[in-house]
Parts: sequence; structure tokens; C-alpha cells
Amino acid sequence: MSDMNTQMADRYKNNFLKEIEEQAEMGEWVKMCMQCGLCSGSCPTNFHTGWDHPPQEIFMLIRAGKREEVLNAQGMYMCTSCYNCYVRCPRKVPVTHVMHGIAEYAYRIGRAPKNQPSMHLSKTFWTNATKNGRVNEVQLTQSLYFKDGIGAGIKKAMEMQSVALGLVKAGRLNLLEAVGIAHKCKDVKGIHAMLAKAEELEAKNKAAKAGTTGKE
Amino acid sequence: MARKEYAFYPGCSSQKGASASNYLVSVESMCKTLDIKMTEIPDWNCCGASISYAESGELPRIAMNARNFALAETNLPGQDIVATCAACWLGSRESKERLEHNSGLMADTQTALKEAGLQIKVIPEVRHMVEVLIEDLGYDELKKPVKKPLDGMKFAGYVGCQTNRPFGIAGESFENPMYLDKLIETVGGEAVKYDQKVTCCGGALAFSEPEKAQGQIKDIIEAAYDGGAEMIVTPCPLCQANVEVYQGQINKRYGTKFDIPVLYYSQLMTLAYGGSAKEAGLKGNVVRARKLEEFAAK
Repeated sequence: MSDMNTQMADRYKNNFLKEIEEQAEMGEWVKMCMQCGLCSGSCPTNFHTGWDHPPQEIFMLIRAGKREEVLNAQGMYMCTSCYNCYVRCPRKVPVTHVMHGIAEYAYRIGRAPKNQPSMHLSKTFWTNATKNGRVNEVQLTQSLYFKDGIGAGIKKAMEMQSVALGLVKAGRLNLLEAVGIAHKCKDVKGIHAMLAKAEELEAKNKAAKAGTTGKE
Repeated sequence: MARKEYAFYPGCSSQKGASASNYLVSVESMCKTLDIKMTEIPDWNCCGASISYAESGELPRIAMNARNFALAETNLPGQDIVATCAACWLGSRESKERLEHNSGLMADTQTALKEAGLQIKVIPEVRHMVEVLIEDLGYDELKKPVKKPLDGMKFAGYVGCQTNRPFGIAGESFENPMYLDKLIETVGGEAVKYDQKVTCCGGALAFSEPEKAQGQIKDIIEAAYDGGAEMIVTPCPLCQANVEVYQGQINKRYGTKFDIPVLYYSQLMTLAYGGSAKEAGLKGNVVRARKLEEFAAK
């Protein structure tokens, strides 16, 4: 994956704005930012730990070609998808989607921090949801608790015991899901074939933009 | 024949035994009273929700939503898709918008759909249950079946994010939408004024970054209490779960004494229409809504 990072850096040389425009979902909007800061002021995770560069700073860093600073930033992983920035932006920049796009790009080229909790959740959620076409909430929760190993997982599960018990009592947590007895789509095969094709096309499109073959 | 018919997209969390199963129970009761027929889209799949963005990429996520469109269109032609979950609604609407404005994306999506033996001709309208209530029926129609108004009960209408942004309900503002307050009043309750009506509950970060999300949830609940609310009401399954189930943990972390029930609008409506606690899915509330349980038994 780190090869992908080097390849892209080489391909786009010093033009990081172009790299983001072509490779990150909704990246073409970055140049529309006028640095008013409304997005940052509207963000609910503002000033929490890890919020090093808020959206408008990330936009400016991209335009200034600060590739390392942006790819090392944490701010884009703090997005809760609340869409406050999105509806308030006076330039109609879909800030939420741009932040997702930059985070996804960093993740795709192997530059997201290892074990970044929300990137881990993203992967776990998508893998879980697409396995049978519908989310298995119990297995989703289990894989989140145990992301840092068995010891940490048991500790976390103990901490969450009262929450889980409350849900079980209320009929909102089905323990059978833990062993895979859960809601599923009938045409799982069709879904998997569809997704394989979609992934193939997306990779091809992005490689075409970068002018590479898409092969390592 | 029912007076309105829709292609229903219940979403993962509303399924039996899942985290918002009581939402579905109450929606079914409410729709029965209102004579709305909701036919589940056969073999619907997950929308991907917002959080899957990093792993899914754009096209696979949109393909998942497109599959639902194709299934709805084929099996329930001419019917609008109706979602009860904010994330399902947002994911579907966003996908519809992108597909209709980007012919390249549409062509690729069709190629992917073909692998599942499907294709899109026309993408149905994608609507939230609340839109159906307000736009297709209207407050007056919603008031007619009220048998037992929720007199004297004070609710904080918590709209949250994704039922409100980026699409929202037509005619409502992003900063202070009034529809939920109006729904509360329609069934006889009092909608209190408080300042966290559209604050984010942390969404998926409640799982991945619990301390951040719980800080936000604390602010929401505190404001609801300060406004004089006895209960919180929401249209979103994730808002409901986040604001309800972490109250114990927040109490431990911050030394608060939160114990406030968090309900769905559909639960209030079911009860006001004379429905039982069971029909309103009250047993599904982790923080028991005792006042409503007593009200239902009367």
C-alpha cells in the first residue's frame, strides 16, 4: 500500500491539488473554498483531541501543496457526517463529502494512521454490511471491541455490559446474531458479483485519471 | 385499497431483534391507523450508511443503493420509496441525486447492476416517513384519529442531523426545523424550547470515539432537561439509540443523573391514536417511559 503512496506522489509531482481533484471523491471542490472558516466553526467535534486541522485549513494546505501535512492530518477522521458544514458553506462546497473523500484517499494509499478508530469502523461496517447484504449488529459490535486484541476486547465488553443488557432486555439485541443467525439478503451472490464489478470499474477509472495501468 | 401506498425501505436497524426494532413496530401501528400501505422492497439491502465511505469508495456504495432502486421499480412500479431511517434516506437520496446528474456514474452503475441481473430505468422518488406524514397527509389528517391526546406531557423534539441535513424537510430551516414540534403538538403534547434540537449525537463516532460522542450527547440531554422536557422524541434510529443507551455511561463519566426516555414520533402517534404499549413498542425502550406506559394502560 505504501507503494501506492509513492506512485501517486511521483505521478502528480508537486501538484497535490490536482492529485486530490482527480483521486479523492469530490476533490474537485477544494479550489472553491474561500477560507471563511464557517465549516470549522460548525463542526461538532471542533476542539476535541485529534482535531489538528479543521476543514478550511486542510483545503488551504492542499492548495499550498503541503502533501505530507495533509496526509498526516487527523482532522478529516473526526467527521461525524452531521452535514453542518455542508449546509452552511456559502460557496456550496459539500465539505462533508470532501472530508470523506480526503480520508478515503489517505486510507486507500496506505496513509491513514494504523488503527485509526473511525477508519477501522468504516472498514468493519462495510465488510459486515456487504457480507450478507444487511448489517449484523452483534458481529459489528464484537469486531469493534476486539480490534485491539482479546484482552482489550474483554475489558471493553465488560464496560459495555450494562448497555448490552439493556438492549437485550428491550428486544433490540439478538445474541443469535453472534453466531451468524441473522437477517440476510436472498441474492447475496448477486450482490457480491455487483460489488466486485463496481470495485473493478472504480479502480480502473481512478487509474485512468492518474495515467497508470492500475497494476502494482 | 389503502389511501396511500409506498415501497418501504425499513433498513437494517429496524429489523426484528435489531437496535430500532421498536421503531418499526410503532410505524406499523401508526400506518395502520392512517390507512397507509407500506410494502417492503423485496430483498432490499443495506445503504452503506455514511460511515462506510472509506472502505466502500463511491461506486460500490452507490451500486448498493441502486440495487434497491431497481428492486423497488421492478416489483413496486410507480411507488415512492419510503425510508424510516435517516441514514437509509440520506444514502438513497444522495445516490439518486448523483446518478441523475452524472451519466458516467450511471453507466458504470448499470454495468455493476447487470451482474446482479438488474437495471434501472427510472429512479423512484426517495422519501422519509416524516415527509409522507406531513406532505401527503398533512397535520390536520394526522390529528383526526387522535383519541387520547398526550395532554400535559413535555417533550424535547430532537431532530438531529441526517433527517435535517443536507436534504431536510421541504419548507423547514436547517437551524430550527419546526416539523417535529408540530407533530408533538398534533398529538396533544407540549414541545419545549431548548437549544440542542439539531446538534449531532456523534453518529457512528459513538462506536469509534465514544468519549467525543458522549460529550455531545451529554449537552443534548442537559439542554432537554433545562428546557423542562420529561422525554425526548426523535425521527432517527441512531439519534434514538445514542441518546438513550449511553446515559448510564455518561452518568459515570460526568457525575450526571440522566434518566430520560427517548422515543420515536411514531410511538407518540400510536399512543395518541389509542394504541397499546405493545403496539407503540414501548417495551423496546431501554430507559422505560413509565409515564407513557401508565398512559397507555388507562
